[in-house]
Amino acid sequence: MLMRRIIPCLDVRDGRVVKGVRFQGLRDAGDPAELAARYEAEGADEITLLDISATPEARETAAATVAKVRRALSIPLTVGGGVRSAEDAARLLGAGADKVGINTAAVLRPDLIRECADRFGSQCIVVAVDAAGVPGEGARWQVVTRSGAQRTPLDAVEWAGRAASLGTGEVLLTSWDRDGTRSGYDLELTRAIAAAVGVPVIASGGAAGPEHLLGAFRAGADAVLAASIFHDGEFTVRAVKQFLLERGVEVRP
Amino acid sequence: MNRPEVVIVDTGSANLASVAAALDRLDARVHVSNDASRIRDAPLVVLPGVGAFGPAMDRLRAGGLDAAVRNRVQRGHPLLAICLGMQLLCEGSEECKGVIGLSVAPGLVRRFQPPARVPQMGWNMVTPTPGAALLQAAAMYFANSYRLECIPAGWAGATSDFGGTFASALERGPVLACQFHPELSGEHGLQLIGRWLALGKDSEGGSC
Repeated sequence: MLMRRIIPCLDVRDGRVVKGVRFQGLRDAGDPAELAARYEAEGADEITLLDISATPEARETAAATVAKVRRALSIPLTVGGGVRSAEDAARLLGAGADKVGINTAAVLRPDLIRECADRFGSQCIVVAVDAAGVPGEGARWQVVTRSGAQRTPLDAVEWAGRAASLGTGEVLLTSWDRDGTRSGYDLELTRAIAAAVGVPVIASGGAAGPEHLLGAFRAGADAVLAASIFHDGEFTVRAVKQFLLERGVEVRP
Repeated sequence: MNRPEVVIVDTGSANLASVAAALDRLDARVHVSNDASRIRDAPLVVLPGVGAFGPAMDRLRAGGLDAAVRNRVQRGHPLLAICLGMQLLCEGSEECKGVIGLSVAPGLVRRFQPPARVPQMGWNMVTPTPGAALLQAAAMYFANSYRLECIPAGWAGATSDFGGTFASALERGPVLACQFHPELSGEHGLQLIGRWLALGKDSEGGSC
């Protein structure tokens, strides 16, 4: 059977890995290629690189960073951040990404998902759904864009379903309420999205330890994304996998 | 020692970087080509494949590359077909009905069925069948919505389970077809490519 995946995420700005809460108070966390190779050696199943460079000029250098990380890795690499067109996606795939993440641009123009899926194949496309709870409305979440700065009227569960029907190969689900809080993934949100779409779901936002990853898998996530728990050296990917294996979650040993 | 020379068939897809990076890491010299005679005669050829069955067959046919690849398989010259590349060796696919494949491996490629989450994305165990010489049991990385269900007669290979058993690889002499991505499957994937590369040396010296 298919195994559950653990995906360390590198937030990269101007060619360096940075860490911080919600992109605030960023600190340098090292060289992307070195860190990616270390995670692969520790048993990471994939690597995601999120380019959070602020300027178009810095985006130009993103392709060079992707190429460098690709050469250091022999596991899949997903790259997201600032993908606005199929051309942007082609540039990242050409540089060595195996999958591209699309976020705000897909919300603004959903047909971008179909264009990219038709041209590169669904298995190359990951639509990132950033969701935040609707205040006072219980189990309802709305899509947020522009790194959380803007709430949209879109219902997150409906949007994830639409993204899947337009051809995304995976949904990367980030709880904006939990991201950076270290209080665990939003399991109710994960459950709702996993039930609504037929494509694999990657849970993200809020993990502080292996029990949070276990919770996300039990809620139906096919993969989990985590950044700070690995960057801080608090847990290695291998230790987390051992924890999961002992609790009956099938992961790649 | 001579570095093995590998020609990657240019199927027009944007992402050959991972295949090229893996071959480079194994110290192979890599060329990307759409020249039919080169693809027919090179010591080692990789048929990659990302995207849809129909457009990929159209591109192969446009340059006469279909005949070149078929010819290699028939003569038993080293070929590594990856993901869609493996599917192209079959007779056709549910993905693009009516399009005829390279037809060197009998069988039709079909879509995975729910409740499996499609595409199959991630690591799955690959178990070789008796007679497989290159393939070994290991977890490998898959990214596919379609698959060949059974290993055709005349081929060895490997099977995996995703909502039922399917053919995750085919092998006949130096012709190796993988539904998974060996170039993205870590150490085990690199080792498999390395064993295949070693066959190029045999075929180069074979005619002397």
